[in-house]
Amino acid sequence: MKVSLFSTCLSDILFADVAKNTLEILERVGCDVDYPMEQTCCGQPAYNSGYLEEAKAAMKQMMKAFRHSEYVVGPSGSCVSMLKEYPHIFAGDPEWEEEAKVFASKCYEITEFLVDVMGITDLGSTFKGRVTFHSSCHMKRLLGVKEQPKILLRNVKGVELVDLPWEEDCCGFGGTFAVKNPVISQEMVSEKSRHVAETKAEYLVGADMGCLMNIGGRMEREGKKVKIIHITEILNTH
Amino acid sequence: MSIKIGEIPYKERIQKGIKDDFMRQAVSSAQGRFRTGRLTQAEELGNWEDWRNLGEEIRTHTLENLDYYLQQLSEQVSRRGGHVFFAETAEEANQYVKEIILKKQAKKVVKAKSMVTEEIGLNKALEEVGAEVVESDLGEWILQLDEDPPSHIVTPALHKNKQQIRETFAKKKGYTGSDTPEELAAFAREQLRQDFLAADVGVTGCNFAIAESGSITLVTNEGNAEMVTALPDTVITVMGMERIVPTWEEMEVLVSLLTRAAVGQKLTSYITALTGARLDEEIDGPEEFHLVVVDNGRSKILGTEFQSALHCIRCAACINACPVYRHIGGHAYNSIYPGPIGAVITPLLEGYDDHKELPYASTLCAACTEACPVKIPLHEHLIRHRQIIVEKEKKAPTAEKLMMKGFAAWASNPSIYNMSAKMAKPALGPWTKDGMIENGPGPLKAWTEVRDFYAPQGQSFRSWFKQRQKDGESK
Ligand code: SF4
Repeated sequence: MKVSLFSTCLSDILFADVAKNTLEILERVGCDVDYPMEQTCCGQPAYNSGYLEEAKAAMKQMMKAFRHSEYVVGPSGSCVSMLKEYPHIFAGDPEWEEEAKVFASKCYEITEFLVDVMGITDLGSTFKGRVTFHSSCHMKRLLGVKEQPKILLRNVKGVELVDLPWEEDCCGFGGTFAVKNPVISQEMVSEKSRHVAETKAEYLVGADMGCLMNIGGRMEREGKKVKIIHITEILNTH
Repeated sequence: MSIKIGEIPYKERIQKGIKDDFMRQAVSSAQGRFRTGRLTQAEELGNWEDWRNLGEEIRTHTLENLDYYLQQLSEQVSRRGGHVFFAETAEEANQYVKEIILKKQAKKVVKAKSMVTEEIGLNKALEEVGAEVVESDLGEWILQLDEDPPSHIVTPALHKNKQQIRETFAKKKGYTGSDTPEELAAFAREQLRQDFLAADVGVTGCNFAIAESGSITLVTNEGNAEMVTALPDTVITVMGMERIVPTWEEMEVLVSLLTRAAVGQKLTSYITALTGARLDEEIDGPEEFHLVVVDNGRSKILGTEFQSALHCIRCAACINACPVYRHIGGHAYNSIYPGPIGAVITPLLEGYDDHKELPYASTLCAACTEACPVKIPLHEHLIRHRQIIVEKEKKAPTAEKLMMKGFAAWASNPSIYNMSAKMAKPALGPWTKDGMIENGPGPLKAWTEVRDFYAPQGQSFRSWFKQRQKDGESK
């Protein structure tokens, strides 16, 4: 299967390992993976802040970059849910409407792609540790991907998966919310940090680096010893 | 009171909310109870999504034919001997009610819980013409004694707990009992009973008006709406113009959604229905009945992309699901409509000048949208508000505008993007220690005030990938 990797700007620039793991997993399961160099950012920071025109500039770039792709797969539920919004955003635009529809229909979050498209629930991975999973809001509510990452995690040898209390609740990241409303964001992430600590997990696993860097950054500041880890790092073990 | 509840600036309101441990504890435990109730109910029903779709359909249909149904309602109420008044503004509505009070020479007015009368500031208007107004909903009564605005649309006194309520009763009404809920409620009941008997006029809101029969219905758990409509000779119902359904059948669906979504109840304790004035052969009901249909900005929303915000059945499920609300409390929204639905409708009803922060008081986590029983896309409305604030209202900060211009240039131009990907690590080098940044420069400042920032791990992915391709080729 021919797959184009969507690295997300966050993984590309800050957390390159996440994109590497995603690439390697896709190759391991037999995909023929390319990486279009023209890709940048899904446009979410501008879109969610109300800057539609600025967001569209990014979105058009993304559609151009992946014009020839069959599947577009990325390691972030939030960014992929943004890509899925393009048809809605370009509705009524004679030049981009059709392209947006085609584009959105080929985009997948990595765990969703593995489970729903490839039909893989066990990657034969091994990882030792007590882990808890933070499901990001956009992934579970906007993209509707809830069970796939957990199915994959449960099949990793050595993983002890423990429930996170108040799992449904947002960690307070919200992109620019974290810096626009720092006081509320701090309360939210501190509460999340308390819940993570309660699980006594060694690792906080997620499928979205945005949330993980928020929670992890707060836990570092509080001196709590939990390691944040993207799900692909666990899945990309043997 | 009007929609806006005070003059304290946004930042101070947030601080005030966050410092109020007492309130936060009360809100957090109530939220926990309500949402667990809602989820259990949804699960028990099994086909909650079908119910939501039906609810949405009913609301969409009604709003798209609002003219027709309002006309029908009005005719039916008149046929049953009631009077109908369409008020375009809050002033018009208040004026109409004041005139009735004056004509009746009413001294005492009892009120059932109603958001729309809060919205138009009816109590104050009635006091101006010398009437004493008594709130009969327990929560509203507590707030009235305390001169405090509501902080939640279903349980207005959610921010208070029983010790506080005991204190209020003691201070304002000479209460000497304990703080057990039963004893507090018994005291309130006894006090209110005297008011019910002495009232000349009863005022109610309206959960759903039924166009076909000209009835108004009230959904309560305390039964006081029953007292307000049954005892006084004159009853005035004030309703927002969107609170209407075609027939009893749709009302039944919406009430089921309302009670389940609000507090996780299958059914409510009381549904009071009132159809016009008392006819000669009837034994109860008011001699005189007035229905005031309030617009107050609602018709401006009709036909716009925000129309679905008028679907709201005021169940507060969105408020109970909202983590931002949990931390700042209802008063921080400075509107009698707090939480996600408040952040959506307050600027629609009152403009952005006083409420431009509200659409940003959300992480867009969409918990509200998921909870809403009539499927209002609340988080999408918040994004749309932000677009209007940026583009039409031009109220966005200059620094932010510049940053977003920069974003557009960066994200639409791969060569600029590539350069930044290369530069990120060395550029942040001076602030980096053990892979973390504790005190970042520029835009990182706000972030690192409360949490560490992860410095770039190493090479960007794209340069690693390029390298890998090159190595592959030379092998
Ligand atoms: S917006 Fe939806 S969830 Fe919120 S109060 Fe209205 S009906 Fe209930």
